[in-house]
Amino acid sequence: MSLTLEQVRRVAHLARLDISETEAETTLGHLNGIFTLIEAMQAVDTKGIEPMAHAQDVAQRLRDDRVTEENRRAAYQAVAPETEAGLYLVPKVIE
Amino acid sequence: MIGWTLKQLGAALAGKDISSVELTQLHLDRIARLNPEINAFVTVDAEKSLAQAQAADARLAAGDAGPLTGIPIAQKDIFCAQGWRTTCGSRMLGNFVSPYDATVIAKFDAAGAVNLGKTNMDEFAMGSSNETSYFGPVKNPWDTQRVPGGSSGGSAAAVAALMAPAATGTDTGGSIRQPAALCNLSGLKPTYGVVSRWGMIAFASSLDQAGPMARTAEDCALMLNAMAGFDDKDSTSLERPTEDYCRDLAANAGEKPLSGLKIGLPKEFFGDGCDAGVMARVQDAIAEYRKLGAETVEVSLPNMQHGVAAYYVIAPAEASSNLSRYDGVRYGYRAPEYADLDDMYCKTRAQGFGAEVKRRILIGTYVLSHGYYDAYYLQAQRIRRLIAQDFVDAFKRCDVIMGPTSPCTAFGLGEKAADPVQMYLSDIYTIAVNLAGLPGMSIPCGFADGLPVGLQLIGDYFAEARLLNVAHRYQQATDWHLRTPAE
Repeated sequence: MSLTLEQVRRVAHLARLDISETEAETTLGHLNGIFTLIEAMQAVDTKGIEPMAHAQDVAQRLRDDRVTEENRRAAYQAVAPETEAGLYLVPKVIE
Repeated sequence: MIGWTLKQLGAALAGKDISSVELTQLHLDRIARLNPEINAFVTVDAEKSLAQAQAADARLAAGDAGPLTGIPIAQKDIFCAQGWRTTCGSRMLGNFVSPYDATVIAKFDAAGAVNLGKTNMDEFAMGSSNETSYFGPVKNPWDTQRVPGGSSGGSAAAVAALMAPAATGTDTGGSIRQPAALCNLSGLKPTYGVVSRWGMIAFASSLDQAGPMARTAEDCALMLNAMAGFDDKDSTSLERPTEDYCRDLAANAGEKPLSGLKIGLPKEFFGDGCDAGVMARVQDAIAEYRKLGAETVEVSLPNMQHGVAAYYVIAPAEASSNLSRYDGVRYGYRAPEYADLDDMYCKTRAQGFGAEVKRRILIGTYVLSHGYYDAYYLQAQRIRRLIAQDFVDAFKRCDVIMGPTSPCTAFGLGEKAADPVQMYLSDIYTIAVNLAGLPGMSIPCGFADGLPVGLQLIGDYFAEARLLNVAHRYQQATDWHLRTPAE
């Protein structure tokens, strides 16, 4: 399977990455090389094999419903670019 | 005392032969002299390090010291450290000063170790050569025209150049073991879940694991004692009793200390694809193990050949998800000019991430997208299960698996940078261990054309103490691990 330039542009948009025409062309070559490597695994018979999403069979733990962290607002806000009245100022995200 | 092991330094500090402040200053001076060329550290803060050293000296004077108290240790720049710039090798976090400590950092702090600085790394730990860092490539102290390996290349180069006695690393597909091999160090990737990932910047969450990098297996054991343990802040941390990873190292085991040990040699590790010089040194090491009393059996890992393919679906898939948080809003770099919200996301991520990170985000986004999820992501997870089962079957016949760590010695800067597939194949012997979640180690086993070669040791789940002992016995019989690069 080979990707097309159009697919690279579409995936870049889905990933929210600006990509120039030159970058798209270079990326297309690299991705096709990588997908040739990846394609090899399609031939493996995995019928009936349960997917392994994690290295250990762990279950999410529950914790007591109580406050464990102290209030460190000042320390956390010290590294923020902009704050006002104890709130973070961010660009407009709801249009 | 430059070049001494942690064990030797611990004894010197306990015996008041040197203070922690003096020892830290010795290493800071060496960093000031060598780092402009090697580029192993991205952040050094002498004032902070020396303040920690003073506190350690107070503990030593009060008789409240442990084996690592007062010892300077370099920290990979993937670990958040309070008050320290924490960049993960990326422009995206170029100015991020962490307001909290990762659990690993907190544990070293509690042990009284001194944070010597933050080491350079491939951006977001994506790379096998340490050339993808926003802060420039790290150079291999054995030959500065060559790479140190990645992604913990800064940590490896720092220890190899004797700028630090030891360092932390992280290993998602081989990022501790491969640079350890290329720089003549001992490096251990523990069983997944043994060391907390809390405060360690995420790349591929089901694979990432932190571990020690040092000159000897004994030092790795000392470090792992400080690093390991259950952490309720990390939902993947395993609830297990605390272990002493040094417990088997002190015993006097006689002339044949490894009698009864069965070493599995996977035929897939010993076929084509490995440089002749590397293979010869690995075979020499296995012959040495036979002299130490071990016996060898052939085993098979038939699905290992698909490990790289499965890894380059699973790891980018997880990375594309983990890195979605870098959007210019919540934290990190933000593009200075943009037209609207969508434009801000796209420009921020395009400017903040380097080429390799973008490439993996694109792979991950593609394999998780509608219509491709089953064919790529689920298939890769099924292959992951087959690979893990291969190891389970192999460990029915042996106690430890051995083979090369890397198919080649340190390659030239820029040599593989233009061909991602060639770069990805650098990790062909290490990746399967991460997919299965097993512990793996690399130890020095000789030189090919003047460059270090690593022997890989793979253990069953939670067999870190055994791995460290098997490595230690070899290091008692050989001196490859004590060789240092010429200056």
